[in-house]
Amino acid sequence: MEKNQRRSFIKCGLAAGAITLTGVSGCTPTRQEVENDEKVKLLTPDGKLVEVSKSVAEANTYQPATPKEARQGIPGKKFVMVVDLSRCTNARKCISSCEHHHQLTPDRPFIKVLKMQDNADSSPYWMPKKCFQCDNPPCVKVCPVAATYKRSDGIVLVDNERCIGCRFCMSACPYSARVFNWGKPEETEETHHHSYSPETSVPSKIGTVEKCDFCPDMLRQNKLPHCITACPNGALYFGDKTADAVTNGGETVRLSTLLREKAGYRYLEELGTEPNVYYLPPANRSVPFEETLKDAEI
Amino acid sequence: MNTVENSNATDIRAKSLEEIEQDLLAHIPGWRKKEKIWLIVLTVIILIGVFAYYRQVRYGLIVTAMRDYTSWGIYISNFVFFVAISLVGSLVSSILKLSNATWSSPLTRISEIIAIAAIICASIIIIVDMGRPDRFIYVIIYGRIQSPIIWDVIIIMTYLVISLLLLYISLIPDLAVCRDRLVNIPRWQKKFYKVFSLNWQGKKEQNEIIRKTSSILCIMVIPVAFAIHTVTSWLFSTTWRPGWDSTNLGPYFVSGALMAGAAVIIVAMFFIRNSMHLKEYITDKLFDQMGKLLVLLSLVYLYFNINEYLGPSFKMVGVEGEHITELFFGKYAYMYWLVQIFGMVIPIVVLIFKQARKPVPLLLISFLVILGAWVKRFLIVIPSLQHPYLPIQDVDESYLHYVPTWEEWAITSASFAGVLLIITLIIKLVPVIPIWEMAEENGLKIKWS
Repeated sequence: MEKNQRRSFIKCGLAAGAITLTGVSGCTPTRQEVENDEKVKLLTPDGKLVEVSKSVAEANTYQPATPKEARQGIPGKKFVMVVDLSRCTNARKCISSCEHHHQLTPDRPFIKVLKMQDNADSSPYWMPKKCFQCDNPPCVKVCPVAATYKRSDGIVLVDNERCIGCRFCMSACPYSARVFNWGKPEETEETHHHSYSPETSVPSKIGTVEKCDFCPDMLRQNKLPHCITACPNGALYFGDKTADAVTNGGETVRLSTLLREKAGYRYLEELGTEPNVYYLPPANRSVPFEETLKDAEI
Repeated sequence: MNTVENSNATDIRAKSLEEIEQDLLAHIPGWRKKEKIWLIVLTVIILIGVFAYYRQVRYGLIVTAMRDYTSWGIYISNFVFFVAISLVGSLVSSILKLSNATWSSPLTRISEIIAIAAIICASIIIIVDMGRPDRFIYVIIYGRIQSPIIWDVIIIMTYLVISLLLLYISLIPDLAVCRDRLVNIPRWQKKFYKVFSLNWQGKKEQNEIIRKTSSILCIMVIPVAFAIHTVTSWLFSTTWRPGWDSTNLGPYFVSGALMAGAAVIIVAMFFIRNSMHLKEYITDKLFDQMGKLLVLLSLVYLYFNINEYLGPSFKMVGVEGEHITELFFGKYAYMYWLVQIFGMVIPIVVLIFKQARKPVPLLLISFLVILGAWVKRFLIVIPSLQHPYLPIQDVDESYLHYVPTWEEWAITSASFAGVLLIITLIIKLVPVIPIWEMAEENGLKIKWS
């Protein structure tokens, strides 16, 4: 049982890689009937009927959960993330892939890479920081209208069709994980066609709060969140705590072993928020710390 | 009986019932030129605010200077200020009344009117702060009782209802006086007095009902008033923020509110007395008493201030210490020390002297206290937000500072104009000093028809 689940994680890492390679080429076909297991017929926007393999079709035609469906977690799962601080070089690929997937502008980042230094004598290091999906989430506690909620699979989401924009959750979050749509988010060709889902946080809605959502739309398709597969250093691990397995897209490891052997910790444990994001100390670094340009390449 | 009551009484005691009625009803009929100009000025300020709000609704909260990190601004600090002001109602008409301080009875109605105006505008300003005011109804449909915001909504509504009742119950006999005595007033106004005086005839049973109801309300309003500002403080102290994470925050807020409230009453007294020629009712002695009360309340507030800042500044723990350093020596230091010295310490010292408790100097000091109270709430809300546990990095320069935009100032000014407008309109409609209480204290009997 445990083994199977771990294997499915290896698979989903590979699948996510495959999708990025095939490149989801911008066409938005409407779903036709699935004929058999391998091939499906799709109608392209210019009216042609094409046959593509099922996995590609699903990546394109997947309908993310409605606000009501999104309140139910994925059964039997408990998602966790592990960030290996010794591997982060501030390459910022997680940020750009997240920005792309969630249609964000740089002023509303779900992920930040912070330059940290614990004391004057120790070396600085890069700390990728996203929503910690706390088990005792301050944001959920204070929300007056249950617009932000905790699911059975550990994920904390925001329903932007419910949010009243009081920003109490932003004040309550000790990790500054939340961003607000102060102005009207730009409507792109792509966001225009999306029907809103709390699982993608797309399209953004003015006057409401957003944050990192662990990409539940990807998880429902058995794929990894975008930041995990985007990281060139394999610094980000993602997995299921109930299966005790995490993967960075390349290697899959036992969560408990990883945390035990590398002295994993949670940031500001003393606040009692019970985060679901673990950090591995920035010891024995693969690359020494270097000041990287803020807007390096992309 | 102390000397104050004696001297207060001798002035009015010389007056007959007709004279008292004449004095206290004089401002109601007709609109004087000054009053019209005052109303126009207030309306213009409100209209500018409405235009600013229109822009905010159209373009979003982007028109404000608030951004991530500084996600609450002067709307929230102004809201806290108005909630603070609204505590005066319970202070004067309830705490002082129940402690048998009869000297304060001319001030009961003024304080209740101020309380109602402040609480109405506090509710409006909190809606202005919402990113999605169109979804306000969700607070009722989807309200979660676990959220301190819902506690605040409930307690504000409760306080508003009790305050309205408190004002209205004691108004009934006076509305009947208006009904019986006022002649040169428009038809709707006559009808208004007739309907709302509830057929008051000064009967024994009627008197009994009023006496009972108002003493119940007087007692009820005290815990609700304390709760309203304590719950407001919990909006902050229930979060995981250095600077707000304090068990002292409730009494700190309440004591600050009572101090600011006393100062607001003094300002209101001054202008009402001068514009309505009520020198014999709002006497110099009354100012003196309010001055003493202000010293007492400021001393209590000083105590809670020391409590609030001494512990954290002694320990200087992490981000909490950075926050304290910023307040004491950093970019907010000039504001902090001006507020603490001019808004609290100097009033305490100066008002100990009798000369300073004369109307004009007391007015000036009260202005200082009010201004200090407003800025203090800014200092409670904003610097804390700018000191999260994790460093603020990789953001636009504008995220690091908070300088309110013209839209925010316009809307805030409009909320002040709104408070003044509500006060003005109510005062224009009813006797600002309770006629029947004045008559009763003089042993005069009003005849209602």
